[in-house]
Amino acid sequence: MSKHSIIISNISKSYGNIKAVDDISLNVKKGELFGLIGSDGAGKTTLLRILTTLLLSDSGNAQIENFDVKNNYKNIRQIVGYMPGRFSLYEDLSVEENLNFFASIFNTTVAQNYDLIKDVYSYIEPFKKRRAGQLSGGMKQKLALSCALIHKPKVLFLDEPTTGVDAVSRKEFWGMLKNLQKKDITIMVSTPYMDEAGLCDRISLMQNGKFMETDTPENIINKFQKQIYSIKSKNKQKLIKDLRKYKQTYSANIFGQAIHYIDKRNNIKIDELKNHLKSENHIDIEIKAVKPNIEDCFIELMKKEQSAVTNQLKN
Amino acid sequence: MYENNIISVKNLTKKFGDFTANDNLNFDVKKGEIFGFLGANGAGKTTAIKIFCGLSYPTSGEVKIAGYDIYKETEEIKRNIGYMSQRFSLYEDLTVKENIRFYARIYGLSKIEIKEKTDELLEKLNFTHALNKRIKDIPLGWKQKLAFSTAVFHNPEIVFLDEPTGGVDPITRRQFWDLIYEASENGITVFVTTHYMDEAEYCDRVSIMDAGKIEAIGKPEELMKHYDAKTMDAVFLKIAR
Repeated sequence: MSKHSIIISNISKSYGNIKAVDDISLNVKKGELFGLIGSDGAGKTTLLRILTTLLLSDSGNAQIENFDVKNNYKNIRQIVGYMPGRFSLYEDLSVEENLNFFASIFNTTVAQNYDLIKDVYSYIEPFKKRRAGQLSGGMKQKLALSCALIHKPKVLFLDEPTTGVDAVSRKEFWGMLKNLQKKDITIMVSTPYMDEAGLCDRISLMQNGKFMETDTPENIINKFQKQIYSIKSKNKQKLIKDLRKYKQTYSANIFGQAIHYIDKRNNIKIDELKNHLKSENHIDIEIKAVKPNIEDCFIELMKKEQSAVTNQLKN
Repeated sequence: MYENNIISVKNLTKKFGDFTANDNLNFDVKKGEIFGFLGANGAGKTTAIKIFCGLSYPTSGEVKIAGYDIYKETEEIKRNIGYMSQRFSLYEDLTVKENIRFYARIYGLSKIEIKEKTDELLEKLNFTHALNKRIKDIPLGWKQKLAFSTAVFHNPEIVFLDEPTGGVDPITRRQFWDLIYEASENGITVFVTTHYMDEAEYCDRVSIMDAGKIEAIGKPEELMKHYDAKTMDAVFLKIAR
């Protein structure tokens, strides 16, 4: 038996001239919580639809629990759960009816797998007579997850389950995923929120149909070569403009209250930078070295990709 | 009054049957401010924004938008604001040029003004080559920048942004905020909702709503200090949980 739950080998898929998924390979271990991190149009949904046998790739192949996505699609559908990005349950059926419907499709009952869904379903069980269309966003999300779990899948695919969901509900949702992982379910989840990357065992940072990087969040951060300085001053809007104009600036991006600054030089003199900002009339200047986060890494990798494309065009 | 407070909300309450969506809201927004209107899903943000845009009446309370009364002067309000939401902003089957012209005409700009400003805008956004492309064929990040630009094309007093940056990459998201800052420097008041808590920190002031009430309001750094939190995310969790 393979120790991998998901094996992806050189999968590609194009729509016209657009390469939605561009020669992607990846192995996901059994029981792993794997994150696809990327913005809209990166190719996350296309990849998830290929893996759930809803879409055929142009080339390459993939196995889910040793079943081939092209030849054994019926077997795969029995053992995977899929929560699509768009709410796709029956709005005119009640919460309970939706759940019973999905259970009966998979030849099981809600009672049989109640233990598995309890953690998620308990939030919405008080509203089980309510029609799905009448639920709030966070409740719909929990119902969709309950329905995706009702046949006790070995692998769970979730397409942007937390998009448009507030920070509190997002925290709750990730808590539920962590609990499911303990029940031996392999989970692949996509998200545009960079701060959710740290909650996954491993992640791929995805852009333009490609994985820019695949590793644990810690390793991706440790691979970041450049030193980041977090800079604040009284006038943030002026600060970002002045830093972008500064001749030694490699990059300057807003991160919350501060600017994340990277210098072109390897050894920078903080006093020199501080004096420069003083000469631009900044007050209350604070400069401190900080560790990068996943978003810093994503921005840096995007920059590299873009300059690689520009160089290709030049040559 | 209006010189300082471009949005003035006094005792605003909105009920739907037994349900109180907005429960006695009181706050002001100053001219040129970037104001973050935060809250969990279902906290009542959209209900309030609809009222501020002149699309719905409150059950009780007084609201002035750009000096105009929310009950009697909704048409004036609509002329003096811009609106953009992630869900709906541009017509997918119209081209970039057609969308700009459509919105500009709705807001009453003359054809000559439109021509001049369109060229200026496309140059600024580096869109000149995409003039005749349909919206559905351009990347999301471009759509959002263009949607924002059409929302402020008529130079409104206030622009309302309802979750404008969902789903875009971190570089494009920051470019979008550059546009917001620029609008604010030009005196346009920015009223924005977002689920990205780092964006909450980009605002001059924020309010946090929970169950129809404003639970906290102030500068991000003040709120972080008050709630003894390092980030706005932590503040939000303390209030909304």
